Amino acid sequence: MTQEKMKPALMVKRAALDGLRWLDDRTGILWMLRKSVFHRVPRNAKWWYVFGSATMMFFTIQIASGIVLATIYAPSAAQAYESLVYIDEQVPFGWMLRALHGWSSNAMCIMMLIHLAQVFLHGAYKFPRELTWVSGVFLCLTTLGLAFTGQIMRWDADAYWGLGIGAAIADRAPGIGNQLRALLLGGPVISGATLTRFFTLHVFILPGAAIALIGCHLYSVLRNGISEMPKAGEPVDPATYREGYEARVQKDGVPFYPDAARHDMVFCGAMLLVLIGVAAWFGPFGPGALPDPRIIEASPRPDGLFLWLFAALALLPPASETFLLLVGPPVAIAILAAVPFLSNRGERAPSRRPISVLLVVLLTTGFAVLTLLGVRSPWSPQMKAWTSTPSDIAFIADRTPLELQGALEFQFAQCRNCHSIGDAGGKRGPDLTTVATRLSWDQLVRQIQQGGGNMPAYGKALSSVETQALVAYLSTLDGGDLRATLTGALEAQPARDAAPEPVAAEHSPRQVQ
Amino acid sequence: MSDQGTDDMHGQNGMHDQHDQNDKLDMKNPRASSASRSCQDCAHAAAKESRRGFLFAAGTTLLTIGGALVAVPIVGAALAPAANRNPSKWIPLGKLVDFKVGDTVLVTFTNPWGTPDDGDTRENACYVRCLEAGKFQVFAVNCAHLGCPVEWFEQSRLFMCPCHGGVYYEDGSRASGPPPRGLFEYQWRIADENLEIFAGRLPGLQEDA
Repeated sequence: MTQEKMKPALMVKRAALDGLRWLDDRTGILWMLRKSVFHRVPRNAKWWYVFGSATMMFFTIQIASGIVLATIYAPSAAQAYESLVYIDEQVPFGWMLRALHGWSSNAMCIMMLIHLAQVFLHGAYKFPRELTWVSGVFLCLTTLGLAFTGQIMRWDADAYWGLGIGAAIADRAPGIGNQLRALLLGGPVISGATLTRFFTLHVFILPGAAIALIGCHLYSVLRNGISEMPKAGEPVDPATYREGYEARVQKDGVPFYPDAARHDMVFCGAMLLVLIGVAAWFGPFGPGALPDPRIIEASPRPDGLFLWLFAALALLPPASETFLLLVGPPVAIAILAAVPFLSNRGERAPSRRPISVLLVVLLTTGFAVLTLLGVRSPWSPQMKAWTSTPSDIAFIADRTPLELQGALEFQFAQCRNCHSIGDAGGKRGPDLTTVATRLSWDQLVRQIQQGGGNMPAYGKALSSVETQALVAYLSTLDGGDLRATLTGALEAQPARDAAPEPVAAEHSPRQVQ
Repeated sequence: MSDQGTDDMHGQNGMHDQHDQNDKLDMKNPRASSASRSCQDCAHAAAKESRRGFLFAAGTTLLTIGGALVAVPIVGAALAPAANRNPSKWIPLGKLVDFKVGDTVLVTFTNPWGTPDDGDTRENACYVRCLEAGKFQVFAVNCAHLGCPVEWFEQSRLFMCPCHGGVYYEDGSRASGPPPRGLFEYQWRIADENLEIFAGRLPGLQEDA
């Protein structure tokens, strides 16, 4: 009875086995699987090893969502913006598709950078994994290229002016600047040819390069194995490393699937849910303002990933800027790619490589600080501050008509775009909340009329009367108002601190002609 | 073709007459050592070898020529923008009477060349400063630092850049911030009571607009 029942099941099983045998005979698939997903890895390759897998998972999402987006997106300067709005508002799940593509791009870059830092800290790039590292460095560049070109696909004001910045950087190359810029833009201006050019990069060239490089990267991982967790006192010696590694992995290793892959699967699954949550909550990126060069009130900002660069461009000494922009990136990339050749052997444990740890800490801190500065961008004038930033009542109350006129000048002459009073206004120039404690009447007049210290001269823009009013107002900013703003109790303050009106009255006719 | 054929027929020395000796030697050396020089088939074998060599040389030549011909349009079209001819033309910005002496105004214009595919990016803007009747300065909106759009403030008579804080005076000269020079200026002329500028390319440090 049972035998008869089993028979069909057995037959199915046998047929399946026969089929598999046939497939393996024609394709060698079992051999490939044995060499890849079932290859033996060190037993201690656990949570530190999940970031590369997560990077690849996000890349897979990019490919899938990108292909669908490319079927709807119109890579034409005339229609790109509207096709994005169409995807967001008309296509079923369109906004979520764009949100996933945008956030997965960020996630991929973050995972990639963590992976890079982990591999560096663990010295996993040393013998015999030099080329794994090198292919990883090129993958890193390709990914950053994808992120930058993807930002251009949004074809909004940020994309347009971002291209202008790229063009201006290319333009600085001595001798070939014009040609380089024309190749970048596909012509002498930012136009339809520029978008199709970046579209080609974003959907054909860079993804193709990424897939090829991932192939190289994974192949070298399989060929040279996953590095073990570093242990202090177990240096890499190229003469004996391979035999030792093989022996240890054969004796003590586990197959990648399912043993080691469990950690990757849990981490990737969790990250996937985080991605969906973030994408659903925050939605797609842009498109922002229209890419119309006639709209002059643009305040272009790069995406978060490139904010550090935006900050660096504001803070670099102008004299060294061209040199650093043109020579810096190739040198940095060359050094990064040369890491495994500069230090090929020896200790891998971070505890024995203090300089490497210090480098990672310094670079991470540096990029984090620059990114934070990029978010705040204190060097940018606040273009609307002069019309839209209110004055706290404490900085206006009890002023004479002349001083009040000065307060108006302070707004109308766009002083506020660069200077704050009571923390409201631009951060480009010094905060003027207590300027009267630092500068005398004469010094104020001189600073306004002649400028200096990165401030433009206002001598031609302001009449003597206007300057007089402005200085009269600034001379009242002696810190006495602070108590009022801090406590919020203006009435409680019986009298404003002694203001230099007498001095002002005495000086003004003579000083301001 | 026929030259090579007849050379080869004379005997083994034919190989030394080949244009492409390296290819020939690679093919031939392993066999040359084993073949007996006095053997009957020598002439025949040599002919066979030289035919192989000829085919290899012919294949290499054909592929090289063909590949180069195919590369011409591919590389040519890809590098065409670098030829970088200046496509600028004289573009009217407006009637002279419309510009008030002492004023600086934003004027928009359409790129003199381009395609319908360019959309809004075919449009452009510049600042026209009228110093006196018939005398102008026309500035590009692009900051000389990294090309962001500068904004004109009439009250303070300054151009300010929203990106890295470059500031320029009303005559376009650099006032403060990171720009390495003043604002880019377009060439201008007066034709038929119109102000015209010579425009059509993004201004940059290498050349003015």
